[in-house]
Amino acid sequence: MVSDRSKLGFYLLLSPLLLWLVTLIILPHIGLFFVSISEKIGVREYETGLGNYAVFFNEPLYWRTFARTAFMSISTTVLTLVLGFPIAYYIAKLTRGRTKTTLFLMCLIPFWVSELVRTFGWMILLRETGVLSNVLQYTGLISGPVEFLYNDAAIMVGLVYTSILFMIVPLVTTLDSLDDSLIEAGYDLGGSGISILREIVIPHAMPGIVSGCIVVFMLSLGNYLTPILLGGKDSLWFTGLIYTQFITRFNWELGSAFGFLLLGLSSAVVFLGLKLSRQSLSNTMGR
Amino acid sequence: MIPTVPQSSALKWSYRAYVSLFFVYLALPLTVVCAFAFNNSVFPSLPWEGFTMAWFFGTEAPFIGVFHERSILRAIGTSAFVAIWVSGLSLAVGTCNAFLFVRHDFRGKGFLYILMLLPLIIPGVILGISILVFASSVANTLEDATGLWFDGLRPGLILVILGQFSFITTFATLVISARLQKFDLSLEEAALNLGATKWGAVRQITLPFLLPAIVGAGVVSILMSFENFNTTLMLVGSDSPLTITMFDKLKHGSTPVLNAVSLLLIVVSAALGLLSLIFQKSKE
Repeated sequence: MVSDRSKLGFYLLLSPLLLWLVTLIILPHIGLFFVSISEKIGVREYETGLGNYAVFFNEPLYWRTFARTAFMSISTTVLTLVLGFPIAYYIAKLTRGRTKTTLFLMCLIPFWVSELVRTFGWMILLRETGVLSNVLQYTGLISGPVEFLYNDAAIMVGLVYTSILFMIVPLVTTLDSLDDSLIEAGYDLGGSGISILREIVIPHAMPGIVSGCIVVFMLSLGNYLTPILLGGKDSLWFTGLIYTQFITRFNWELGSAFGFLLLGLSSAVVFLGLKLSRQSLSNTMGR
Repeated sequence: MIPTVPQSSALKWSYRAYVSLFFVYLALPLTVVCAFAFNNSVFPSLPWEGFTMAWFFGTEAPFIGVFHERSILRAIGTSAFVAIWVSGLSLAVGTCNAFLFVRHDFRGKGFLYILMLLPLIIPGVILGISILVFASSVANTLEDATGLWFDGLRPGLILVILGQFSFITTFATLVISARLQKFDLSLEEAALNLGATKWGAVRQITLPFLLPAIVGAGVVSILMSFENFNTTLMLVGSDSPLTITMFDKLKHGSTPVLNAVSLLLIVVSAALGLLSLIFQKSKE
């Protein structure tokens, strides 16, 4: 396809790509790494060392927040998969034509709306003077106002809500491509509902499950709005710590180290997820 | 469990109940946000004080509506400015990338493709801080060397645009490539046989074919730019886009003005999203 004449065209097409990737992705991350391994010893004087990473491991608040963020993101991912799979299966396999399109659109619409608006909605629902508390008082289930906001459960509700679409869309796409006759064959051969799910449906949906899980985990790990607005004073999130170091404390060296740790965790999980399921990044993300 | 295989009706009904419950869960937050935009009270919470349009059109404190609230109008303007730049830049680079990856084979193509996908798996906050750190060190170096000021590289709208562009381009590239792959090359060859120049054939045959994807990618990038928070938060200067302004207001206690803005956002983004889907469907 490449002739001599289009060599010039080729380089013209290549240059915006390289310019974008080098100046906005590669160099900034190399720079971030160098800042994270430099320690401030005086005004505009730095020396290279792993001091910022040592600070992270020696201060329980920091690594506990890191572990907590990771743990809650994993829980969100599992919960999203368990809640989203039946919905995706219903849309892909049990509906047809117009109903299918409508249900799919109803899933999409909330996600075209800013995350801030969705989180604001949960704040109105869950706070002490909010809708849920009032409804429960009205029905007599509780006697006084109850605060549902500012705890870990509220964060989980918000995170699942924010990310469930990214689970449902890839699942619907892969389940759509599963031929009904394979499931029928499974029943004909005497399989039960559970064994068919395990032997036919889930293996077929694996690419969708993996890409859904990767995206949901990443989005939860890197989320800032939902944990800050729905969480309480004690529910710290790691991105919140990064923000504090960068903007409030102006300690960019420590903030960069935090950033690199978060990037490391998120890349490690993506890598493991791809390896365990024998998928490639281009297959899972490039669709 | 498929329609052709009989199931017990209890199972079928509980499945349906679960699905309905799920859609209630999806709709609930957006519904309450919209409903409280019309509540005649200074707090977006119960009790219901009666219907009012004051949060849209009101001019007297405390009932200052969206259309008279300066800070929000300015923030919408800032967001629109950023979104237009981001979508223009990402469409241009995304279209070039699509031609590069679909039409050319070269050494290191697979590697570059993976690099191109990377912005999808980098958390937005990290993207923001890395660009912040890099731009500041470039600015410091340049200022030390030349003695001039480089304000464009300090937190502000230029960095916000670059930050959002850095990952939205990946989405534009994927959407446009997908369409370009379906293009029948013989159409372009026919144009060349009929005497068109290479560029003329691309402009008159290929680009019109790509138009639905380009429009779709444009709408998606405008929506993504408008609602981006994480990357913007780290790069924002004194002019804040809408999401940042709303976040600041939300932290200091909310009034139903925010509900009114949110209602407008919901309506506009749902309409844009649906339009782009219909446009893409009708062209297929």
